Amino acid sequence: MGQLLAVKDLTVKFALRRSSLTAVNNVSFSLSRGERMGLVGESGAGKSVTGFSLINLISKPGYIDTGSILFEGRELTGLSDEEIRQIRGNRITMIFQDPMMTLNPVLTIGTQMVETLKAHGNISTRKAEAVAIDKLRLVQIPSPEKRLRQYPHEFSGGMRQRIVIAIALLTEPALIIADEPTTALDVTIQAEIMDLLITLCDLSKMGLILITHDLGVVSEVTEKIAVMYAGKIVESGPTRSIISDPSHPYTKGLVKAIPGNIPPGEPLHQIPGMMPTLTDIPAGCSFHPRCEYAGNICTTQIPDLAPVPSRQSNVACHMISGRLAPSDIGSAARRKRQTAIAEELPA
Amino acid sequence: MTRIKQFFNSFFFYRFIRDPVAIGSFIVLAVLFISGFGAPVIAPHNPYDTTTIDIMDSELPPFWYPDSDSRFLLGTDSQGRDMLSTMLYGMRVSIFIGLGAVTLQAFLGITIGLIAGYKGGRFEAFLMRVADVQLSFSTYMVAIFFGALFQAAFGMGLYENFAIPMLIFIIGFAEWPQYARTVRASVLGEKKKEYVEAARVIGLPSRRIMWNHILPNTLTPVLVISTVQVANAIMSEAALSFIGLGMPVTRPSLGSLIKAGFDFIFSGSWWITLFPGIMLVILILSINLLGDWLRDFLNPKLYKG
Amino acid sequence: MKRDRGLLSVENLVKHFDISGGLLDQLSFDKGRLIRKQTTVKAVNNVSFTIQAGETLSVVGESGCGKSTLARTIMGLYPPDSGRIYYQSERIDHLSSHQMLPYRAKMQMIFQDPYASLNPRKTVRQTLEEPLTFHHRNLSPGRVKEKVAEVMTQVGVAPQWAGRYPHEFSGGQRQRISIARALMVDPEFIVADEPVSALDVSIQAQILNLLMNAQKKRGLTYLFITHDLSVVAHISTRVAVMYLGTLCELAPRAELYAAPRHPYTRALLSAIPKLGRKKQKHIRLSGEVPTPIHLPGGCVFHGRCQYADDRCHREIPELKRLSTGTYVACHAVEEGRNQP
Repeated sequence: MGQLLAVKDLTVKFALRRSSLTAVNNVSFSLSRGERMGLVGESGAGKSVTGFSLINLISKPGYIDTGSILFEGRELTGLSDEEIRQIRGNRITMIFQDPMMTLNPVLTIGTQMVETLKAHGNISTRKAEAVAIDKLRLVQIPSPEKRLRQYPHEFSGGMRQRIVIAIALLTEPALIIADEPTTALDVTIQAEIMDLLITLCDLSKMGLILITHDLGVVSEVTEKIAVMYAGKIVESGPTRSIISDPSHPYTKGLVKAIPGNIPPGEPLHQIPGMMPTLTDIPAGCSFHPRCEYAGNICTTQIPDLAPVPSRQSNVACHMISGRLAPSDIGSAARRKRQTAIAEELPA
Repeated sequence: MTRIKQFFNSFFFYRFIRDPVAIGSFIVLAVLFISGFGAPVIAPHNPYDTTTIDIMDSELPPFWYPDSDSRFLLGTDSQGRDMLSTMLYGMRVSIFIGLGAVTLQAFLGITIGLIAGYKGGRFEAFLMRVADVQLSFSTYMVAIFFGALFQAAFGMGLYENFAIPMLIFIIGFAEWPQYARTVRASVLGEKKKEYVEAARVIGLPSRRIMWNHILPNTLTPVLVISTVQVANAIMSEAALSFIGLGMPVTRPSLGSLIKAGFDFIFSGSWWITLFPGIMLVILILSINLLGDWLRDFLNPKLYKG
Repeated sequence: MKRDRGLLSVENLVKHFDISGGLLDQLSFDKGRLIRKQTTVKAVNNVSFTIQAGETLSVVGESGCGKSTLARTIMGLYPPDSGRIYYQSERIDHLSSHQMLPYRAKMQMIFQDPYASLNPRKTVRQTLEEPLTFHHRNLSPGRVKEKVAEVMTQVGVAPQWAGRYPHEFSGGQRQRISIARALMVDPEFIVADEPVSALDVSIQAQILNLLMNAQKKRGLTYLFITHDLSVVAHISTRVAVMYLGTLCELAPRAELYAAPRHPYTRALLSAIPKLGRKKQKHIRLSGEVPTPIHLPGGCVFHGRCQYADDRCHREIPELKRLSTGTYVACHAVEEGRNQP
């Protein structure tokens, strides 16, 4: 499998009058052809900004501060608007949470699909329609020839999302970025759309970046995930191993907070407090005020995302055993905590 | 004290002192209001006191003319009244009628809009049709009709005493649908919100939900249209006075001053009509500029799209 | 015969909404003739169930299935078209707002959207004091203040924040305040309409714990409306599944998750994404979801059901009790046709 996308040290900032806010902080990840990856986090974690910044869709006052985005061997940062437009909607397409963000309510879906195709290549209307019908069939829309003449409001929510996916597929992209594509849909429809996305990616070796807050969806669709907290990736690696056995205290908390993993009626595990806003991200590890394992070092030093011994995942946490000299930890109580976490984690 | 401190720290104040147009129009407006309502103290003469007026002083030009009188800075009108004092008193009348009419409009419009929006159904349909009918008559048409009726019924003598309340009533009554429509639209939006349902679940009576819960949340647009409406009401009053159906010349507003001077414009006494005119323009302009700023501040979506 | 009506009982409840607008909007031309057409949304159709004191009955279903309308009709926010609602065996659906007052203190509601459910112009103290002073007019100001502080502490919002306005709080904290408002009058029964759907996972756990805690401490009874089946699995005693305004299955929690009977319940359960486990096959429902404006005749689910036959097209199935304690409305289950 060749490499499709490599993001390195991406930092996205939002300019304020005198200062700037860091929405995405030093994020790195990579994606192979046909690989499905999840960007997971709660609202405000910076997952959507990360997704949008890949195709330069962040609106002012946001800007990419540093970092590189290598897509199909081409550097995307610093491309002109015109050059990025050649890639966006062509090699990389997007699916949004609300299908009506993509669909124009006053045009038939046929017109919209044909125009998309014409915008990205020299193609006759008849040929474009054939492609459109083909893609509609691919997303399992019954009688696509007839549906082509209908307006978005004549479709149900699930159908609209299918059409949006069909539009995203028109140019045969190498990568689809899907921002919460199933959040607005009912569970049964959500399941169908997820199945569809998996099938489509397998079929045409398409990469998928799924941005979502729903760990359940991620664990069904993706092969690897990156968990984001306050603009940083705190843990990344294969989906199955992270979900079944998370290492970072935040990921642990998230997984344990989901009802269904403990007996009914028992109190759910809860992470105290809430995610900091961008204006007051704590010093050191941004998770330390909510972390039950936090030691002295966590309040001062930012942990690096580094591989955990004997695991396939990368974790940004000081308290993973073997990372710290005992002098860093401070009081005896802190040390006890570290032994507690060390027992949980294989050395 | 904390309230005041809070105000100076607020985003409202922050945006305000960084907008030169807002500050400028606020200062101009404040000066006009203070000098208008402080006219009895500030004005050098009392134009209502006929004993101080000498017909021999009539139509004296402003101070830069050689034949001007040092007592009358901006000259005098055809009856010998000091222009500056008459204008200040006139502006007081104009502003008073403007504010009074808007208060009446707001009271009628808010009450009707709130009840129509909250109760809904046939009641709403009826009230809003009444508002439509009211709006389809032009303000001036209604005002001219009632003004003429009043004058004919009471005669000029009595009319002079009742002119101010009558104008407030006419202008206030003609424009209440503006408020009713605005309030109803935002009540319809607020009514669907869950805090209203929560209040109903508590068992609060409708009247309390309407006035205590919904009304405070609909006041932002009311505030915005109020500025426009004050300016409109002052304009309406000026227009009515200009055609002789507003304030009598003995208790002039800015409009009746313009009208009074208009007869002398060809005899060379241009100042009698021009000075009140300029004052009216400055007054309306500063109210509108301040209103525009307020609208943009309260609803940034309006121009940012 | 005296029926067991539990704490709250709903019998044959029907709620339709007329959305056709004014008379002028209703008129239309059809084949040269002027006709009047009315459009009604059939949100709740013939729903019956009983809630026992101390239990949590969850109503699940997809958007547009009428679960929120059901909740609001029970709370008296909408008048029902027909059917009866009993609270402690007293009929409450036809009471005047004045007669309803004693029940308003016993039945409370928690809402979905933490941003819309608090009045933005009222401080937390004003919001919390209002239900208390309204229902207990002779309470001393000192006692009111005490009670506000007490309930705020209970829901985990520091009482010294009482002077603040809702916009100064996060979504999770607002939901806590919303819960506090419901608890102010010491209710017995709380309808929670999707109370955690708008919240992030970690905050959702905090709020669910708070609700379960309050139930334990105060002996509350919940009617819990949600679309999230994993939340339902965690907190409910019994679960009712709704589809297009109709109750299709009502069963004790363990029974429902272990042995779902109704074909729709099965599809719904198979659609929940499972954490970390190997992906299972989703049951695919064929056909489009009908709208509650044009309800299909017979069983409302027949268009999407793989077991549907002639009878399902004609006859509306009744909710019948099985030996396991499950109530299910399905001809196929009744006739034993529902085995794949």
